[in-house]
Amino acid sequence: MKRKLLFVSDIALVAAMAITTAAIAQDPVRITQKGKQFSQDKVSLSAGQSILFVNDDTVAHNVYAIVKGKKQDLGLQKPSEEGGITFDNAGTYRVRCAIHPKMKMLVKVQ
Amino acid sequence: MMTKKDMTHKRITSWIVALGLVGGAASAADTDYRENYQRPADIPFPEENPHSDAKAELGKMLFFDPRLSRENNLTCASCHNPSFAWEDAQPTSVGTPMSRLGRHTPTVLNLAWGELFFWDGRAESLEEQALGPIQAGGEMAQDMGELLWELKAVPGYVEIFEQVFPKEGVTEENIGKAIATYERTLISAEAPFDRWLQGDEAAISDEAKRGFNLFNTKAKCVSCHEGWNFTDWGFHDIGLGDQDEGRYEILDFDALKHAFKTPGLRNIVERAPYMHDGSLKTLEEVIDHYNDGFVNRPSLSTEMERLGLSETEKSDLIAFLQTLSSEDPAVTLPKLPN
Ligand code: HEC
Ligand code: HEC
Ligand SMILES: [Cu+2]
Repeated sequence: MKRKLLFVSDIALVAAMAITTAAIAQDPVRITQKGKQFSQDKVSLSAGQSILFVNDDTVAHNVYAIVKGKKQDLGLQKPSEEGGITFDNAGTYRVRCAIHPKMKMLVKVQ
Repeated sequence: MMTKKDMTHKRITSWIVALGLVGGAASAADTDYRENYQRPADIPFPEENPHSDAKAELGKMLFFDPRLSRENNLTCASCHNPSFAWEDAQPTSVGTPMSRLGRHTPTVLNLAWGELFFWDGRAESLEEQALGPIQAGGEMAQDMGELLWELKAVPGYVEIFEQVFPKEGVTEENIGKAIATYERTLISAEAPFDRWLQGDEAAISDEAKRGFNLFNTKAKCVSCHEGWNFTDWGFHDIGLGDQDEGRYEILDFDALKHAFKTPGLRNIVERAPYMHDGSLKTLEEVIDHYNDGFVNRPSLSTEMERLGLSETEKSDLIAFLQTLSSEDPAVTLPKLPN
């Protein structure tokens, strides 16, 4: 199983440190994608927490987030692959599948 | 998926009489795939642009009015022609000035359920989309300021706009809203396939039934052409082999190179030629393309595989696609104010 982790931050190094501490405090939220739908359409996180996107669907997906106007691309995820996005800074983010734009969710980071 | 909370819904019942959109349960046997294709009961309209009959009627007038084009000679229907299931039966159409466009004209049927518009998804809404072709050099090439001035000079239009959009009247935004509202009412009527879903076993042939089964299994069409309108509204590279980069020009992710929006398949027989470049002339060519005719390149969708279909399986698939054509009521031309 391929696993990819994406750090959503301006400075990757800072993000990497942030997640090691946050990961202890808070487990990642697991979102699945069966039937071309995210399992939740809204998620609340604490800064530094991440979401693990698990492709339990029969087709490939490509999750991305828009952070401070920049697109963070998780890349192509085939069935049974998973990947994470860590949200370091407070704010509201939109997550979408680039292949299936009807797959959308909002992430609120506090 | 479709978030109901930010949509206002209009019962399709008001269209039932005209279009014959009666839903119904499939017979108990063999329903696994069938139940994924039931027609919806409502047309979704956005909260920012709710439906009214008068607004849709105004949108229809604008759709069929040549004054929306620079030379007053092209209407939306010149290319989105109801006689060809709202397409134009040519690989790429001719706009203003008389020059070929780079992409094939897509249908405007069943777009109320759409997410992003144009082959590359560059418009976020039908409202935004409608203003594109009016001003696009190559299409209607009209100057928006000039168009507003032209419409305001027609008392009949001023009156109707005032009535539909009180205190706002003729504005660019309202032209988009009216056309979008009309477009959302353009829905392909019940087809033999729908009658089969409702339990009429004689509505389609055995070949077509086998084709439907293949569509959902060995031929893998359902990976992308899903639901009652046979689209995931998504973007895929199906390996047509031309240079157009499609969605990638809008969103530069590797998976989106040469990716184009999945078209719905309703009334597909009347919509030839096929694909964003109009390069495939018949459904036979389309099936051959999916079977083994696509080019393999890094961006090719992971859903694309050589299918190994027999000649019978190919013709079964085509027999099925033919059952998606509805007898739509003839579209009457609107009277335009002068
Ligand atoms: C000269 C031919 C032409 C005219 C005139 C024209 N269109 Fe189009 N239309 C096209 C082509 C070609 C495309 C696809 C372009 C692309 O995707 O890059 C298109 C795309 C569209 C789409 C997107 C469909 C989808 O599935 O995303 C809609 C909606 C649409 N046109 C509505 C209109 C309206 C409304 C008008 C009149 C204001 C109009 N068109 C005038 C040729 C035309
Ligand atoms: C990987 C996703 C995918 C699969 C699988 C797929 N399609 Fe498509 N289909 C598309 C896309 C995307 C287009 C438009 C491609 C373009 O123009 O570049 C399309 C176009 C078409 C068209 C032409 C529509 C038009 O308006 O021109 C037909 C017909 C069609 N597909 C039928 C099928 C059938 C039958 C199958 C199964 C054998 C199938 N498709 C499998 C995604 C897919
Ligand atoms: Cu997806």
